[in-house]
Amino acid sequence: MGVLAHFLEEAGLPTTQISLIRKHTEIIKPPRALWVPFELGRPLGIPNDAAFQNRVLLACLKLLEAKEGPVLEDFPEDIPLTMNQDKKILPYAINIDLQKAAGKTEAEKLQAMFREEMLQLLAWHELSVQKHGRTTVGVSGIDLSSLAGFLCDFLNGEITENHRDGITLPELLKLATEDVKAFYFESMAAKLGQPPESKHLSEWFWEKTAAARILFEIQKICVNSDDQMLKLFGQKLLIPIREATHGE
Amino acid sequence: MARLEELPQQLHSGLAALNCPTFETFPWQEGPPLKSRRVAIISTAGLHARNERPFTIVSDDYRTIPASVKANDLVMSHVSANFDRSGFQQDLNLIFPIDRLKELAEAGLIGSVADFHYSFMGAADPLQMASSARNLAGILKKDNVNAVLLIPV
Repeated sequence: MGVLAHFLEEAGLPTTQISLIRKHTEIIKPPRALWVPFELGRPLGIPNDAAFQNRVLLACLKLLEAKEGPVLEDFPEDIPLTMNQDKKILPYAINIDLQKAAGKTEAEKLQAMFREEMLQLLAWHELSVQKHGRTTVGVSGIDLSSLAGFLCDFLNGEITENHRDGITLPELLKLATEDVKAFYFESMAAKLGQPPESKHLSEWFWEKTAAARILFEIQKICVNSDDQMLKLFGQKLLIPIREATHGE
Repeated sequence: MARLEELPQQLHSGLAALNCPTFETFPWQEGPPLKSRRVAIISTAGLHARNERPFTIVSDDYRTIPASVKANDLVMSHVSANFDRSGFQQDLNLIFPIDRLKELAEAGLIGSVADFHYSFMGAADPLQMASSARNLAGILKKDNVNAVLLIPV
């Protein structure tokens, strides 16, 4: 971020930026930066809180009137404690009809559970789209109805080449896993009515769902692959570090 | 939460050890008062329209986002798995505050909102973005932008 600011300023454009990692900004020294103490992925602080977001935005924009720099200021507010004090893990687990999730092998059972989970969440996802008028699912370009099938086919060794122009199979696989996570997160947020803390959603997904177990199985295949790109995706990009090192 | 010491140990170590570029010069541009500025957003969240080519791990280019964009038009193909996306799922403005900027313009706190905004993918090597950034600077100037708001994810 700071490097882009440097290039733009060099080209004659005044810039100001939000900084999420203060140490990086201290090293790069972009012209103007406002460090915020928020979670990675939330540079404006609190979703659906226009007043809070406006305070962050104005504090950042006002740096444009600084007389000299580089300027690195700290935003004085943090997220109110009441919003992230609750430590409990979401208790909700999707009840799978084991008759429907039948399979001969453990792998078949897991895949059947995954497909059944996605079916069960579909109504909640439709509610989410209806409520918000949007979804972030769809970046892979794979239809929602085909997502589970695509990932299971990959697990079963039935997909070895990409089916989408311009991006590689590892990249498509990564996008498909992001679509699955977005589908689960949006569905659960709709089911709960009030969006839960990001940490709780994440704990629920990684600890309670068959989808997460599917992603870990995909990761194993990638890490053990001879394809260096698949290996890289498996090692670094499919599973959050927090989950990949869980229990170590 | 983005205090390094509060992140998981491996992520903390990786970010702390990241080789950040340094520069020998510190370019500094000035402009009119904030209430006269025309502001454009540049996000590094890997945002783009649904039907556009996704970013890849080595993407050093950018995608253009019109100010009239609808939240449902945008998806994210950032390659990192190590940041929260549930906030973006709830509210586009949390990472791309286009409605907030329009409100500031309506309130007269900034001059205007640019017609077009932009997104890079922040996990790519930023030094490789130099050419794209210079190209973009020319485009921004033609749109009379005199304030760029850079937002990481």
